[in-house]
Amino acid sequence: MMMEILLDPTMLSDFLSTSLRLSIPVVFAALGGVLSERSGVYNIGLEGMMLAGAFGAAVGTFFTDLPIVGLVTGMFAGTLTAVVLAVLAVSLGVSQIVAGIAINIFSIGVTSFLSRIVFSGQANTMTLPGYKAFAIPGLASIPIIGPVLFNQDALVYLMYVTVPLLFYLLFRTSWGLNIRAVGENPRAADTAGVRVNMVRYLCVLGSGALAGLGGCYLVLSQVFLFSEHMSAGKGFIALAAIILGRWNPVGALLACLLFGLFDALQLRLQFANPEVPYQAFVILPYVVSILALVGLVGKPRPPGAVGLPYRRESK
Amino acid sequence: MEHHLFLDRVTKTFGDLKANDAVSLHVRKGTVHAVLGENGAGKTTLMNILYGLYHPDAGRILIGGREIAINNPRDALDHGIGMVHQHFMLIGPLTVTENVILGLGHGAVWLGLAEHAKRLSELSRSFGFDIEPSEPVWRLPMGMQQRVEILKLLYRNVDILILDEPTSVLTPSETGPFFEVLGRLKEAGKTILFITHKLEEVMEVADEVTVMRDGRVTAELKTDETDPRELARLMVGRDVVFDIIRSEGHFGPAKLTVEGLHARNDRGLQALDDVSFKVRAGEILGVAGVDGNGQGELAEAIAGLRPLEAGRLRVGETDVTDASISERKHRFKLAYVPEDRQRVGLDLNHSVAFNLILRSLGQPPFARFGILDFKAIRANARALTERYDVRLQDVEQEARFLSGGNQQKVILAREIEDEPAVLVVSQPCKGLDVGAIEFVQNTLLDQREKGVAILYISTELEHIMAVCDRIAVMSRGRITGILTPEDATPERLGMLMAGATMDVT
Repeated sequence: MMMEILLDPTMLSDFLSTSLRLSIPVVFAALGGVLSERSGVYNIGLEGMMLAGAFGAAVGTFFTDLPIVGLVTGMFAGTLTAVVLAVLAVSLGVSQIVAGIAINIFSIGVTSFLSRIVFSGQANTMTLPGYKAFAIPGLASIPIIGPVLFNQDALVYLMYVTVPLLFYLLFRTSWGLNIRAVGENPRAADTAGVRVNMVRYLCVLGSGALAGLGGCYLVLSQVFLFSEHMSAGKGFIALAAIILGRWNPVGALLACLLFGLFDALQLRLQFANPEVPYQAFVILPYVVSILALVGLVGKPRPPGAVGLPYRRESK
Repeated sequence: MEHHLFLDRVTKTFGDLKANDAVSLHVRKGTVHAVLGENGAGKTTLMNILYGLYHPDAGRILIGGREIAINNPRDALDHGIGMVHQHFMLIGPLTVTENVILGLGHGAVWLGLAEHAKRLSELSRSFGFDIEPSEPVWRLPMGMQQRVEILKLLYRNVDILILDEPTSVLTPSETGPFFEVLGRLKEAGKTILFITHKLEEVMEVADEVTVMRDGRVTAELKTDETDPRELARLMVGRDVVFDIIRSEGHFGPAKLTVEGLHARNDRGLQALDDVSFKVRAGEILGVAGVDGNGQGELAEAIAGLRPLEAGRLRVGETDVTDASISERKHRFKLAYVPEDRQRVGLDLNHSVAFNLILRSLGQPPFARFGILDFKAIRANARALTERYDVRLQDVEQEARFLSGGNQQKVILAREIEDEPAVLVVSQPCKGLDVGAIEFVQNTLLDQREKGVAILYISTELEHIMAVCDRIAVMSRGRITGILTPEDATPERLGMLMAGATMDVT
């Protein structure tokens, strides 16, 4: 079957296009994670923030029929969830792991509960308006990769812009220098006059907005409705992508594309082999993420101060 | 001449401890002003207040006669005050340029690393520093990192540079060049606050000195109107005996025998290369050498913390090469005072009382049937802290709140109370002030009188000369020679430390 896909240009384009689309929500969440962890805060809550983002997007679109409103409310919901992490982890110095896990559990419960109230049981039947794919003239007619990269919806194009922007922010601006410094050695950054906790707050909030954006994509570009726990572990795949991508936006993007590729592959395999229990294929991207982490060449070096709360007057 | 910087009766308390008690400081422009005091005298607290890291409970800070408010390091920098901390505030993975421009505040749209690097190179050259701006900081030796710290301040046009124990991280060969840097800074019109506990350094580089003890100022002097003895007295509060009295030795049979030790360091490189020696009962054998020539690995190998590739170890007549750490400690009475007292010697997060029973954890009289007897533990701690003069508020205090000297006393008390046959001490006086050094050395000499065989590892030749009966010199993992203090001229030691060998006696 692989040979068929590789030999037929239309099938290949189709396959790669699916891979890309499946990876988009994970990319946004992973970018958020990179931002947060570069500033020294683990964001285990990506999954929950993504789910909150998905719910926010569904609500905003449901009431206005405007996907753009859904996009705003979705990112806002993700950010709001991130406020919880910021307060717990940055201001109160609670364990970042525990705070993140709490957010994930909290988010599943709250979105499920609220969705029953808001959509009053019709959540699975109605269809929301969203973003449809449109071809970028010229670029889309490049053989094979043209339709893959340039016949997508607006949020995919937004991702193309976000990755270099985040890279630029982190490595070419003083903001980015502050973020990296705070994540490596907050005390040193503090003595150099950087407002450590403010930087961390902004990064955690930004992280929530990006994860929320990933959730928006699920609702507005993929399934056009909200369903309970629809993030389905993508936030955790994003955590693996952060490590595999070495806390670099471009690296994280590549890692996510790899996972997307295997996700698309397992879908194909499912349909091609109905006699095999589908669970055998569903685990494929997760297995790949584990193998990728285990088989990493060299030891990944996380930001020096990630996970450690910062207090000034502690001796 | 007007005081450029004036700290007026600054007070700061931590809990019940008055770290600074109405401390005043007068600093003239363009001078090197030393703040001298033992560890725990409150020097660093005072400087952290001046730099905005701590907020004083009372007192004022004036520059050029005007009172200023310093709430954070950013304020301090705005007023032209910068600080080089004892433990450098550098970010290892970032480059020199990135470290220097961190926190400058501009560059929100474009960092402009290349332009900064060029300006930094020029500044660096004008002070005679030879620094490559694009190098990640972790690759630089300590002396260079210190220059990066100073550059950070110069790049911000700082007038007053606070240097907290700047020589404590430098090797002896880096200290000279560092003093030259101080001279050039002074020539450039900078004012330098030099925090230290080393008398010789004050005499060598400072114009004026403020002496602190127990959170108070005990004197303000010009260095050319004083001498080390007076400074020591002001700092410690009593006369300090500089010449430690070492009585005639009474040596017994060999207690610790080391034969042909081979071991690797943490990076897998050869660290010990055929090391052999004997330490007799009642003898102190010093191990001298430039830091990092296998001394640390030697101590760890003897204590059982580092696997041997070859060689034998004997305590008395018994072969202990294959004995576990616990057996070495308890059965063979081998005590070990590690070099890193904060990470290896103590559990900083636990109480002093707990740290004092680490050796005999879970054993009577501190535990019965596996249940801790807190009464016995506390009584033991009170007795030991009194006998070893450990200054603390309460034995339940966490070990991290003790000063370096007091931490070392806790470790010594614990190790010696067990009446060891062999005592291995690694750099016991590192970072300690004169009073504490005197205490440590006298404690070791007491043990020598009692017939303990002591292996004393130190990079400070003076300390080794003062207490040791014989001196072994290490270079690149080998013992290059063993001398008596009488034969140990600086030239001879220098040659042995550089790797020239002589017949091992």
